[in-house]
Amino acid sequence: MSTSTQKMITPAGNTLAPKSSFGVAQIMLFLSIAILVIVVAVPVLLIFFNAFWVNGEFNLRDVVKIILEPETYKALINSLIIASGTTLGSTIVGTFFAWLVTRTDLPYKTFMKSMFLVPFMLPSFIGALAWKMLLSPHSGFINKFFINHFGFTGPLFDIYSYWGIILVEVMYLFPFVFIQVCGALERMDPTLEESARISGAGLFTITRKITIPLVLPSILSGALLIMLYSMAHFGTVAVLGIENGIFNIPTLIYQRIHQSGGSFDSIRTGTVLATVLVVSAALIIWLQRKILSKGNYQIIGGKSFRPMELKLRTLRIPLFIFCLVYIGFTIVLPTVVIFLVGGLKTYGLPFTWENLSLKNYKFILFDYKVTKDAIWNSITLGLGAALITMFAGGMISYVIVKMKVRGKGILEFLGMLPFSVPGSVIALGVILAWGGKYGINLYNTIWIILVAYIARYMAFSLKANSAALEQVHDSLVEAARSCGASMWQTLKDIVLPLVRPGMLAAFFLIFLPSLRELTVSIMLYAPTTRTIGVAIYTLNEDGETVVSAALAGIALILIIVGDTLINRFTKKAGA
Amino acid sequence: MSHIRLVNVTKKFGEVTAVNALSLEIGKGECFSMLGPSGCGKTTTLRMVAGFEDLSDGEIYVGDRLLSSPERNYYLPPEKRNFGMVFQAFAIWPHLSVYENVAFPLRIRKLPAAEIEKRTNDALRSTNLLQVAADSPANLSGGGKQRVALARALAINPDVMLLDEPLSSLDPHLREEMRFEIKDLQRKYGFSIIYVTHDQAEAMALSDRILVMKSGVVQQIDTPLNVYTNPANKFVFSFIGLSNFLDIVCTDGKAFVRGSNAPLPENLTPPEDKRGKKALSLASRPSEIDFVSENTSGALRGVVNRKAFLGEIIDYQIKIGEQEIRVQKGRRAPGPEPGEACSVRMLRPFWYAGEE
Repeated sequence: MSTSTQKMITPAGNTLAPKSSFGVAQIMLFLSIAILVIVVAVPVLLIFFNAFWVNGEFNLRDVVKIILEPETYKALINSLIIASGTTLGSTIVGTFFAWLVTRTDLPYKTFMKSMFLVPFMLPSFIGALAWKMLLSPHSGFINKFFINHFGFTGPLFDIYSYWGIILVEVMYLFPFVFIQVCGALERMDPTLEESARISGAGLFTITRKITIPLVLPSILSGALLIMLYSMAHFGTVAVLGIENGIFNIPTLIYQRIHQSGGSFDSIRTGTVLATVLVVSAALIIWLQRKILSKGNYQIIGGKSFRPMELKLRTLRIPLFIFCLVYIGFTIVLPTVVIFLVGGLKTYGLPFTWENLSLKNYKFILFDYKVTKDAIWNSITLGLGAALITMFAGGMISYVIVKMKVRGKGILEFLGMLPFSVPGSVIALGVILAWGGKYGINLYNTIWIILVAYIARYMAFSLKANSAALEQVHDSLVEAARSCGASMWQTLKDIVLPLVRPGMLAAFFLIFLPSLRELTVSIMLYAPTTRTIGVAIYTLNEDGETVVSAALAGIALILIIVGDTLINRFTKKAGA
Repeated sequence: MSHIRLVNVTKKFGEVTAVNALSLEIGKGECFSMLGPSGCGKTTTLRMVAGFEDLSDGEIYVGDRLLSSPERNYYLPPEKRNFGMVFQAFAIWPHLSVYENVAFPLRIRKLPAAEIEKRTNDALRSTNLLQVAADSPANLSGGGKQRVALARALAINPDVMLLDEPLSSLDPHLREEMRFEIKDLQRKYGFSIIYVTHDQAEAMALSDRILVMKSGVVQQIDTPLNVYTNPANKFVFSFIGLSNFLDIVCTDGKAFVRGSNAPLPENLTPPEDKRGKKALSLASRPSEIDFVSENTSGALRGVVNRKAFLGEIIDYQIKIGEQEIRVQKGRRAPGPEPGEACSVRMLRPFWYAGEE
């Protein structure tokens, strides 16, 4: 196709049109590779380099030694325990709720479904803060209530424990499985189950022998996503684990770097731990792709009759109440606690009208420099990172998806990197790369956080942009070229308008999470470059519980308002 | 002897009545088709027989066994009905091999291993699938998948086979071939068929009787020949086969083709019971119209608008007054050329009430 259009153009007088586009393609390819190398590859390579090379020599023995040190070893095991527990719990919870809202006659299913997706929006470390206020062994509201009113001698539940951490992570991570399984169950051809029924199988047998095997790839892929996220998860463990000395890999990296102010030993431990994280992340992603490519059955059907709904009968109301209680307990209660504590004069006072006011909220928004700075920093960082990453990701995706240039393979490989590099690894990497050792010192400035955000969110942008680009069929571009448009005109008038929704999606996919970001910025902040997440976390560590809760409340409002606006906006754009 | 009995079966989805007071009886070993445009209620009816939909009113029996009756609050779930069913989208389980797909209903019934093997192999042999038994169904063509679905439905040796547009996902050539395979299997196993389709040729070729349905209401239940030659109403006439309709206006006891001044010829007059009406519709089949000489009795005068060569037949568009009808003739028969005036005579005209 494309050769024939070029043949038609060249005799018409446009001299050497193919060759000039070749040049543009080369420039775009070069720029794309440069961006990914500088922003993502160099930091990661520096981590590997620092982990394995000591005094210019390859040194594996020290790496093993560091891993076997009691503290690092313990952190590795903890990461594994917490991630396994979280994955198992989230998979069970997510699959169960997904089945409940898609395959049964549970009342108010659509409402329930949207409620189960709310934890996607809520930052888990804010959730962890709320649960700390509710269930810390001695001062937690629930524990105090049971000790005071029911004569308990000890706490009802100690949130500063493996169980506590796992439970909180499950509450905020299960939507990853939920949304995948919901999607699979909704797309699944209902006649696959009906034909089993007419064959004589009861609902229980169908669920076991037909439904579960068919959605298993989705369940597993969601589970692996949670595993990946939980292994590299900082917030919950930082808030709930440190009290009892429970560290996982990211929190230990943070603690080492933070305490030692960047000494050689701590950096080295950090890089070794980060290497372990990268390797396990790569392994998980490889596994996930394998499962998806092998077991992804074509289960989408033709005629779409409503799928069979299991009549829950006597269980209908109890399960409905169970869902309400679950939502109330995991979403409403923590949110309310955050806002209430944010309104208290001093932490520890009872929730009475005289003790509650909006003073803290006013204070953090208008008077307190630390929080004012933090809000400003987060918003500007978010906007900057989102804009830059949106355009850079758009260009890189375009080269990967649409262009036929030599050397694209390198870019495809580099493009996979951002997906498998966890936040704390990126943070450590940018410290190594931009800490002044190689000429540019961004350390302690806001720019280092910006660079880290770009690296961290590049994956989101690549995903959204390439999805949009894959929708633009090559023939559309070829049609424009055959009408006489140059490559730039085609890009500007045809491709860009078509991928604009994808680019916008990328923008918001970056802007909103960056408002609540903690893992990266906690490793990189200086006194004046705190983000909202850092401010909430550090204020809480300093015992400023009420101010920290008030700021968390503001963050929640920002996030929820932003998400709602975007949902409405993208729905309109889609229609 | 009637085998399947639907009594006054009604289904409402909220305000919409999908099936309205449908009663019918289907004999043992009969092939019964339900035909109609999409949304006419034919699939809903089949799904009620299968047990996937509750009834709003009425009763369904097989033999003297009650299947569904909302009045008596009785409902036998689909897995207990012992039917075979084939779906439009095949519904072959991709995680099981061809053999396991077919053996599934037998395993559910906990038959002895030897029995399962024998019956599965029988069903696979009848559908020519023995050599791919161990394969994954993902590798099969559309026709192959539909054979697996048939084999799976056959395995339990059901009395009743429910077929829900089983051929509409296949390409036309394969569709014709599979029609006869289904018919052969019926002859061999002797089950009754309820066949839902919107393809009239399929229904004609397979069925002993056809039910034509529109908006949940039965229009006609009859043999294929009778449905074609004696359609019960205008809808059936238009739905089965090609059809022409001419609007007729009646004034002062005379009938005119709308838009024409000449009254209809003497031999082409509305039947007694329809003479009072102001507007009538004159229906004819394109293949049942002859070109005749001008003064033949009952001839209508018109002009050839268009003449299209369709291979074995030639399709004429004739303008009569301000309306058009189609005439189809074999390619060897002589006929007028475009622009020429001509006279046509309807061999079997039908009269229906028109829209006033």
